[in-house]
Amino acid sequence: MSRVSVPCHVKGTVALQVGDVRTSQGRPGVLVIDVTFPSVAPFELQEIMFKNYYTAFLSIRVRQHTSTLTPPKWVTCLRDYCLMPDPHSEEGAQEYISLFKHQMLCDMARVLELRLILRQPSPLWVSFTVEELQIYQQGPKSPSMTFPKWLSHPVPCEQPTPLIEGLPDPSRVSSEVQQMWALTEMIRASHTSTRIGRFDVDGCYDLNLLSYT
Amino acid sequence: MLQEESDLSLIIAQIVQKLKGSNLYAQLERQAWASLQRPEIKLQSLKEDIKEFFKISGWEKKLQNAVYSELSVFPLPSHPAAPPEHLKEPLVYMRKAQGSWEKRILKSLNSMCTELSIPLARKRPVGEQKELLNKWNEMGTDEPDLSLFRPVYAPKDFLEVLINLRNPNYENGDSLSFRTHLGLIQVPLKVKDIPELKEFFVELGLTTGQLGIDDSTQVPPELFENEHVRIGQKVLAEQDSAAAQQYIRQGSPTALRAELWALILNISSQPEDILYYEQLKTNVIQHDLLVDSLIYKDVKLTASNDDYYFVFEDYLYQVLLCFSRDTSVLGHFAYNSASPPKSYIRGKLGLEEYAVFYPPNGVIPFHGFSMYVAPLCFLYHEPSKLYQIFREMYVRFFFRLHSISSHPSGIVSLCLLFETLLQTYLPQLFYHLREIGAQPLRISFKWMVRAFSGYLATDQLLLLWDRILGYNSLEILAVLAAAVFAFRAVNLMEVTSLAAAEAVLADLSTLKVMPLLQIFLFATVT
Repeated sequence: MSRVSVPCHVKGTVALQVGDVRTSQGRPGVLVIDVTFPSVAPFELQEIMFKNYYTAFLSIRVRQHTSTLTPPKWVTCLRDYCLMPDPHSEEGAQEYISLFKHQMLCDMARVLELRLILRQPSPLWVSFTVEELQIYQQGPKSPSMTFPKWLSHPVPCEQPTPLIEGLPDPSRVSSEVQQMWALTEMIRASHTSTRIGRFDVDGCYDLNLLSYT
Repeated sequence: MLQEESDLSLIIAQIVQKLKGSNLYAQLERQAWASLQRPEIKLQSLKEDIKEFFKISGWEKKLQNAVYSELSVFPLPSHPAAPPEHLKEPLVYMRKAQGSWEKRILKSLNSMCTELSIPLARKRPVGEQKELLNKWNEMGTDEPDLSLFRPVYAPKDFLEVLINLRNPNYENGDSLSFRTHLGLIQVPLKVKDIPELKEFFVELGLTTGQLGIDDSTQVPPELFENEHVRIGQKVLAEQDSAAAQQYIRQGSPTALRAELWALILNISSQPEDILYYEQLKTNVIQHDLLVDSLIYKDVKLTASNDDYYFVFEDYLYQVLLCFSRDTSVLGHFAYNSASPPKSYIRGKLGLEEYAVFYPPNGVIPFHGFSMYVAPLCFLYHEPSKLYQIFREMYVRFFFRLHSISSHPSGIVSLCLLFETLLQTYLPQLFYHLREIGAQPLRISFKWMVRAFSGYLATDQLLLLWDRILGYNSLEILAVLAAAVFAFRAVNLMEVTSLAAAEAVLADLSTLKVMPLLQIFLFATVT
């Protein structure tokens, strides 16, 4: 189904660490990224897409718009989603990931804000984050048209005229013709992407030196 | 689930798109047209009847084999937002390392070109073309002056590049800590450990019959060998690629090996393929490339000096020279981290319409490249079939042995797997060798880069390559390398220098591959 990108504002990452950042030896293993949507009304979230950079586990919390009386609360919609099966090795470290509505723990109907909690327990990596974050909502449904009256209000079925002997059943013929038409359409639409196999340009293969770009 | 369905339809669409350009598609179309004459095909149920006809006549099996072949070779489609470079190699720093390595190779080739004043490519004059055509079958008798040529690179140069490979996001630190790798490879790729290898190579276990062990003269053939040969003949009769791949994990009988490999690689010699090979031969005759001299030099230095392979010298030229002209090999760069070198027609620098790849197949041979072809000469004697088999083996497996990538069968992962296995299961030996300055990878690297070709006896090598095809993975090379070290551990513990360690491991020609693998994986007390 179609989707539309929602402009979002990604705030700077905040590291969560016990103790003083300056004096402690280790690096933070938890980062928090806040994502707000300043110019958009509460929307229904369809998909979150991003490029991973050495994040091992991802949790997402969402704040949704409820009725105007109660203040919106934070709810966890994704808990400890594993991006790197082995946090000490490179597997999954730089992959592109999409998370969909159906993978979330709660309904994502009226999203106000998102909070991404990134975890990387391994001390081997210098830094970790997620990049190229993009949020999508559902695209517009096909515009409704007004149908002509006879299409939307078909006349009640009349009794079909009795078949003349020897002629095939019209409904069967029409379904077979439809099938054959579909096959011819497929043949017409197909095209191959194979190479021709020539490596020269018009019979000439007299080359300069190899280029470095 | 929604995601899996859309993934599946994406895979199906990709495979259909790929198969549409193939010979098989044209053949299926022809067969479908021809089948319209048959009485059982009715116009009303055209689609179902033709499908039924394909099933009965064996064409569906051919299509199944082609689909299985595509699934084995091509990686699964990645995320729609991922750029094409991501499919070649997901880790950015490895892409960069491969790019700079390629630049070095191009510089080396360019400098050779300018120093020797030999053009990269030249059209042969008609007289020379006739002469080459006449001695096509005995190019080995030619003795061109190759003293000025040198190979573009050797495996040990490539090893230095891999040793210096670093992930900028990996905390290496100056002092030795738990983060430093004790071996030469310093990138933290995921490699299998022995329990995972035991599961992966379960058919090599102690309770399963193996060719290479259970067909030795002391074992009566009724126990395993006869039944295994019978099953092999049945698999060939069925012409099923997937079944052949499963069967060959226990080894292939010598008589059936050529056909089994062709079935697994989905190679069938059609007239079109023979015609294609003849076209490549014409290309060789018309144009002379600088890489031809590199190929000549490589064959003369390696295969011609080998006791087992020198008889095949002429075949090697016929295959490798045609391989350089084959533009269909360019397709594998979609999933290879390497990229083909580019050049422009003289005088048209920078104009995209005059941009070409050099060599036409994009692969620059290195020292030892011809050893990938040599063992195949024992199985196939017809040049076009030999050529097809080699090309398919290259675009499925061998290209991973000389390009920098994070793939589990890539050479970097194989090196790390070898070092990890040795450290974990032979820690004393590893420590000793490291202390005397003989890092084990320095010795085993050349074995793995050549897939052991030229180091093992040919019958043992073919048993090893059976398993590469059967498991669709090169990891067995790293396991065998570790097993060889384990086998010679007692001698290695007594050496005191790298040269002495090399001498202990210089001759592998008496080794039996399958017992070594079985003992290392399944019978070593840990």
